[in-house]
Amino acid sequence: MQSETTPGTTPAPAGKTLPGNEAMLSVRNLKKVYKTDGGDIEAVRNLTFDLKAGELACLVGPSGSGKTTLLKCISGLMAPTEGEVLLNGTPVSGPPKKMAVVFQEYGRSLFPWMRVRENVELPLKNQGVPRAERDKLVDDALEAVGLSHVPQSYPWQLSGGMQQRVAIARAVAYQPEVLLMDEPFAAVDAQTRADLEDLIRTVWRKLGVTVLFVTHDIDESVYLGERVIILSSSPTVIQEDLTIDLPDERDQLNTRSLPRFTELRHHVYEQIQLAKQGHSPAAAVQTDSSAGSGAA
Amino acid sequence: MRFLKTLGYLLALPLILVAIWWASTLGETNFFVPTPALLAEAFAETWFGERIFSDVLPSIGRLVVGVASAIIIGIVAGLLIGSVKWLRDLTEPVLEFFRAIPPPVLVPVLMLLMGITDGMKVAVIISGCVWPVLLNTIEGVRAIDGVLSDSAHTYGIHGWARIKYLVLPSAGPQIMAGIRQCLSIGLILMVISEMFASSSGLGFTIVQFQRSFAIPEMWSGIVVLGLIGVALSFIFQWTERRVLRWYHGLREVENAV
Repeated sequence: MQSETTPGTTPAPAGKTLPGNEAMLSVRNLKKVYKTDGGDIEAVRNLTFDLKAGELACLVGPSGSGKTTLLKCISGLMAPTEGEVLLNGTPVSGPPKKMAVVFQEYGRSLFPWMRVRENVELPLKNQGVPRAERDKLVDDALEAVGLSHVPQSYPWQLSGGMQQRVAIARAVAYQPEVLLMDEPFAAVDAQTRADLEDLIRTVWRKLGVTVLFVTHDIDESVYLGERVIILSSSPTVIQEDLTIDLPDERDQLNTRSLPRFTELRHHVYEQIQLAKQGHSPAAAVQTDSSAGSGAA
Repeated sequence: MRFLKTLGYLLALPLILVAIWWASTLGETNFFVPTPALLAEAFAETWFGERIFSDVLPSIGRLVVGVASAIIIGIVAGLLIGSVKWLRDLTEPVLEFFRAIPPPVLVPVLMLLMGITDGMKVAVIISGCVWPVLLNTIEGVRAIDGVLSDSAHTYGIHGWARIKYLVLPSAGPQIMAGIRQCLSIGLILMVISEMFASSSGLGFTIVQFQRSFAIPEMWSGIVVLGLIGVALSFIFQWTERRVLRWYHGLREVENAV
């Protein structure tokens, strides 16, 4: 991965990788360059990291750090310029069957012409899941997000937070192995946001699904994740891959007032500030042949 | 009670207009302007009989076939052109050209090519009605929200399912707007296609009445056309309200914010 722009400072991948076939999701040397009329824009320079099955990792980075680009490449909506994404060892070339994505724009990701229940049911119906099984999955998913009382409403009749719950229910009912979330709570109010964060933790623990949660909110990333992957500003590399050693049981009041929470938050904040000022990550001085083993 | 109120709003203005008409033609002797009573009499005599089967129904039949074909052709072609970029780039200038041609000038051409047949008349109706549906469908398909499209994509909704669950409903509001225009153009072309060379139909009959100075009868034919237009409009509105219920609801919510 010789970079044409700044030879010599080519950052090496700093994300944690797993040996052999232990990884559920692998991102390998991912690079994305947009070709525009005004020249090439390098959104993502070189990213490598693995997620193990059942892990909840947060991707956090300054705005414009290519988080959405990365997610689109992982979800198979966009082809990377270089590198690859592997799901269970299989390269991703289009949206994989065992992956669900929750977008930030809840108002634009649900079908406004379908009722809540139909929205949640559609992907299953499309897959040919038998009626009885479908009904059960949809009921359970709506129950899990606390929306069993509004199956016949249209999404636009609900508040923003509730609409995002519908989108989460749809993802949950789909029974993915990997759940990608692209700043899902950026557009909801603070209180709803806290509720939804707890909902994600609950759903994750209940289903054992692998979650990659993209956010620009540092507190959110530390509160939610078992691991926080900090991205640099564009062109994006991994600034740091940090393990969040907070207790597994988390709640909004107590977890957030733990000294360790404050330390971690502080650390992530510093790294992001460094990233914004253009400081290369610690691992960047290594050559690209040796994949970084994590800086945390 | 609500029904009565709706009915009141529906009939109030027509009744007032008829009353004004009646008052202004009191003692009127102008041969070309009939009184309401005379017109009503002519209407009943002219249209409650054989003419329903010989003229009215065949006209309506051609109108329905023409408009329905135009809608189907417009939507199918619109889905195709709207979804495939190179097809869109290829067809757009040509479509603008064909759209700009006033369909009535096609009547003589189609007459020569197809003869004076029902097929010719239906072809005239289609040639004019297809454009608003086609162009609106193309626009509707192009305007599908990117996030919604990505959502469908990530959940493996492709091909026919994508058209059924995403593309058609999403383009629905625009398609319906196209159909609304298509209906009024259809009515006009139905009459015109029968005026040039024909031996039956509403357009033909009205021209016949005019040429034979059967003035109240001529007027009554115009009333029939108006009634057909009103009926079409009601059917359209009824359908549109059902098909686009989500859209009107969504708009209401958006406007309320």
